[in-house]
Amino acid sequence: MAQEYSYVRTEMLPEQEPPSNAVGALVWVRENLFSGPLNTILTLASLAAVWWILSHLSGWFLNSVWQAGSLAECREILDGATGACFAVITDRWEQLLYGFYPSDAYWRPNLALLLMLVALAPVLFPGVPRKLFWFSAIYPALAFWLLWGGSIWPPLVVLAAFPLGFIAYRLVEPINGILATLAALAAPILWWFLLAGPVGGVLAGILPGTLEPVASDLFGGFMLSIIIGVTGIALSLPLGILLALGRQSDLIFLKTICVGFIEFIRGVPLITLLFTASLLLNYFLPPGTNFDIILRVVIMVTFFAAAYMAEVIRGGLAALPRGQYEAADALGLDYWKAQRLIILPQALKISIPGIVNTFIGLFKDTTLVVFIGLLDPIGLSNAIRATTEWNGVYWELFVFIGLCFFIFCFGMSRYSMYLERRLKTDHR
Amino acid sequence: MTEPQPHEYEREIDRSHMQVTDEVAIEITSMNKWYGSFHVLRDINMSVNRGERIVICGPSGSGKSTLIRCINRLEEHQSGRIVVDGTELTSDLKNIDKVRSEVGMVFQHFNLFPHLTILENCTLAPIWVRKIPKKDAEETAMHFLEKVKIPEQALKYPGQLSGGQQQRVAIARSLCMRPRIMLFDEPTSALDPEMIKEVLDTMIELAEEGMTMLCVTHEMGFAQAVANRVIFMDQGQIVEQNEPKAFFNNPQSDRTKLFLSQILGH
Ligand SMILES: Nc1ncnc2c1ncn2[C@@H]1O[C@H](COP(=O)(O)OP(=O)(O)OP(=O)(O)O)[C@@H](O)[C@H]1O
Ligand SMILES: [Mg+2]
Repeated sequence: MAQEYSYVRTEMLPEQEPPSNAVGALVWVRENLFSGPLNTILTLASLAAVWWILSHLSGWFLNSVWQAGSLAECREILDGATGACFAVITDRWEQLLYGFYPSDAYWRPNLALLLMLVALAPVLFPGVPRKLFWFSAIYPALAFWLLWGGSIWPPLVVLAAFPLGFIAYRLVEPINGILATLAALAAPILWWFLLAGPVGGVLAGILPGTLEPVASDLFGGFMLSIIIGVTGIALSLPLGILLALGRQSDLIFLKTICVGFIEFIRGVPLITLLFTASLLLNYFLPPGTNFDIILRVVIMVTFFAAAYMAEVIRGGLAALPRGQYEAADALGLDYWKAQRLIILPQALKISIPGIVNTFIGLFKDTTLVVFIGLLDPIGLSNAIRATTEWNGVYWELFVFIGLCFFIFCFGMSRYSMYLERRLKTDHR
Repeated sequence: MTEPQPHEYEREIDRSHMQVTDEVAIEITSMNKWYGSFHVLRDINMSVNRGERIVICGPSGSGKSTLIRCINRLEEHQSGRIVVDGTELTSDLKNIDKVRSEVGMVFQHFNLFPHLTILENCTLAPIWVRKIPKKDAEETAMHFLEKVKIPEQALKYPGQLSGGQQQRVAIARSLCMRPRIMLFDEPTSALDPEMIKEVLDTMIELAEEGMTMLCVTHEMGFAQAVANRVIFMDQGQIVEQNEPKAFFNNPQSDRTKLFLSQILGH
């Protein structure tokens, strides 16, 4: 007998509410916290751990003292109870932020920070008017002038090398592509070594625009961390890109240099590089050259981060299918255009988590400069502790410094997630 | 043996503009290519006149892709000459750029740029290579997107389109450079059957307008309908070439017969 399976539905079913055992808070608790014996044990253990930590720390935080002139005064106020003495931060926050920067000139780093946010806006967010990029382009010179003072012309003249290089490239490009690249490299170098000095001097004579100079050894605190961190971040990304491209190049000489650089820098602890910056460079440089210590540190930190960056970006480049290169070639795009328009946008997008990872590492590594005598926040915490008033304060300073670093790094992390979401076009 | 019967293409083809001229578009003489020590292309001689529509077929690994990729220098040949539109392909980058901007290429896997919209995919090369103002480039792009029948997708990203639509965008993207020669490397072999037809239709329209085309494809219906010459390759060599009718109905070499019997399913 053939089975009867012919069936036609005659009326459609209406939509119904889910049963009460599938929704609601209790269900959530049961499914997420107590869904089995092992999970129940883990939940209870975690609760116990959180309770233990909170009960030990809460007293310290809740009893904290914010107004006192010294640690002894703090202890007096606390009168034997456990409690934090955050008064050290209210007392010394200016030092923690600016180091020994002259206090009547605090407006200069403040303004520089504010302008930095303006300069960063067009780089970070798409809605900002594109014209602001011009401001971003001159910002480095402006910030240098605000922070270090002196005449505004030398930093502007140094910066002028970049448009010069571009113009040189454009002029030579019709003749030969490789020659043009060389010209683009040679023009800025010639400018810096031969013309920048005299031109800057002449311009400074015509229109001084001077601020009171501030020496590098007065810089400190979070200002120093931000200067080193932001400059390192801004420089290490392009350098890392160039190194990654160089490593992929067919030109064997270039490739060897890039591989050698990356492997050497990655294989050496950052602290060694910093000591090199602070001590050894003096032996190599001609006697009498005054090569700013912050600049030296920035260079070393940049090199260090760039080597890591190059490897992160190389991973992104390797993840792109060959077809993307071929399509770009087949359309007649030359190497740089293909890189800029097709390859790098995609490779960098893939590498965002790794790039931001490197940025965060770099920013936290700026605290290592304490070992070569620069007064970053950690260095200042030592200096503050060395005073008679605050001798013996440890945790409060470290909690504060740690919190500040955390805010910066967490911000970068959130931004990178936002960026990944914004750039997501693959719809997989 | 039973005579293979390639299926007829269903649409009526307008042949009024399909004229083969005397002007030589591509000239390849005694060309050889090696991958390491593997001799992948052996003594290739062929000449393509303007307006020709050539289908290249052959078993897998016979060097079909390598041959057409040599024509726009995605692959480098080691001996012999390749002259495209009067420009010889040498290591001179100027010549290579010139040839590439004259020759469009469509790939098996589309190779659209996933981070750019369809419109941006189509305007990128005209703007950056041909230096056409953005507005004009967009106009041209919309014109060709209309031609491949997907203007409404212009602002989407490649990932949002079906395979057939992506391949048509890839064709439009090439056409936006106003190429004089089009190369196709198995443009339909990554597609589902119902999408193959829409891509082939686009290619037939292109042929009807008199475009010089070289297609690596196993779509024998397409070859029958528009090709004026079929080239059969095996082991890096051109084994047989003929006009489609003679090629399919009366193949000469045993290799061709074997290949045709396999591909036409007898
Ligand atoms: N980059 C390469 N390096 C070494 N060998 C290669 C390379 N590319 C292709 N080959 C080899 O060259 C031969 C020809 O390859 P080609 O891609 O031209 O074949 P094809 O005719 O297009 O085959 P298919 O129909 O599978 O696409 C094959 O044997 C292949 O393995
Ligand atoms: Mg192939």
